[in-house]
Amino acid sequence: MLPLELKGVCFQVNGKLIIDGVSVDIGAGSRTVILGPNGAGKSVLMRLCHGLLQPTAGSIAWRGNSGGRSQRQAMVFQRPVMLRRSALANIVYGLKLAGVARTERELRARDVLDVVGLADRAQQTARALSGGEQQKLALARAWALGPEVLFLDEPTANLDPGATRELETIITAIRATGTKIIMTTHNLGQARRMGDEILFLSQGRLVERSPVDQFFAKPASAEAAAFIKGELPWN
Amino acid sequence: MGNDLGQAFAQALGLIMRLDSQLIGIVALSLKVSLSAVALAALVGLPLGAALAVERFRGRQALIVLLNALMGLPPVVVGLVVYLLLSRAGPLGSLGVLFTPAAMIIAQTILIAPIIAALSRQVLEDAWREYEEQLRSLGARRMTAALTLLWDTRFSLVTIVLAGFGRAAAEVGAVMIVGGNIDGVTRVMTTTIALETSKGDLPLALGLGVILVGLVIVLNAAANVIKEAAVRRYG
Repeated sequence: MLPLELKGVCFQVNGKLIIDGVSVDIGAGSRTVILGPNGAGKSVLMRLCHGLLQPTAGSIAWRGNSGGRSQRQAMVFQRPVMLRRSALANIVYGLKLAGVARTERELRARDVLDVVGLADRAQQTARALSGGEQQKLALARAWALGPEVLFLDEPTANLDPGATRELETIITAIRATGTKIIMTTHNLGQARRMGDEILFLSQGRLVERSPVDQFFAKPASAEAAAFIKGELPWN
Repeated sequence: MGNDLGQAFAQALGLIMRLDSQLIGIVALSLKVSLSAVALAALVGLPLGAALAVERFRGRQALIVLLNALMGLPPVVVGLVVYLLLSRAGPLGSLGVLFTPAAMIIAQTILIAPIIAALSRQVLEDAWREYEEQLRSLGARRMTAALTLLWDTRFSLVTIVLAGFGRAAAEVGAVMIVGGNIDGVTRVMTTTIALETSKGDLPLALGLGVILVGLVIVLNAAANVIKEAAVRRYG
């Protein structure tokens, strides 16, 4: 289904331009990190790509096909939304909506729970899990769908360093199965660890696109240079 | 006077203790009418509340305002309207259900369906605000989303349905008008209390009053227990 092609994508709310003419081709393979300060429009851009929002101008197409939303994509949100049922049932729910056969749902759900290290939590109420566990469960729920593209919107923004590390390990494992990872972050360390290429967003505009090494060693734009410099103490 | 009241109260307790057959018949009919009405009202009100929560259409706000206003419908007015509909000359007169328990069920259903719809709409809309992106991301259509919300908020909805039952069991105006308060046929707790009080038969009126208040307390306690258990279990 890749590449994902954005042409002059704009998104406007109440006369305010949140995304301002973003054009980019996102191909298969490399891990794409959308980086930028808070309020740059990262999350909105990701929702546009995922199909949760419609651009007010421009077009978004999967491999030249602009109509309809592809089912082979999944998204994990900054704050996971857990249904009031067990961890296992949360994954089964997603599989059911994806049209997976009844007999196969639980097997697949148990598989992914095992991989993210929540096998012993299968029957526990999802909402009673810790923040880190809930985010792992959200990853498992998305991964169980076998997506070709996985969108991650600041998946570790609310987690402590230990949980962040665990989550990044799981993301790396998902990536190893051939799933394209597109994630947003405002954390430079994470961008460096998890990214192959950086899309740098500032005030709704795509300012720069570079391989990760080049981005950090020699940012092409003044905005990116300032952002890296300003953020360095936390790096 | 104080002595009269004490005597009446003692006699009332006596009626309850020895399960007086007239008393039991009246309580049973009350429960039958109000439970039937609350079941029908939930069948109409919950889907309506869910539809209003997840659908966006012209006139939605107006409908919500109307429903909220209908929560305050005076029972006597509902009784009057249903009376006019069901009376021999009315459009539904051929059904011949005026002055039967069926007419009382219809009136109480009309009385509490807006309450269940309006209150559940509020609960479901709050849940929808939380769930919308996640459910749409997983590919849920509106219908699936509505059913998911109904299931996930089921314990809050139980409280709402019980509130509807309390309203039905406690009202006197509507059942008095469309039921006619016929001894042994359409006489329920509230209409009997009104009649016996005016006749001066305080023991029966008081006995029914005690049962009615007891019923309301038990119901609310049950609702509270269910809700607490659910929060502990499902978060």
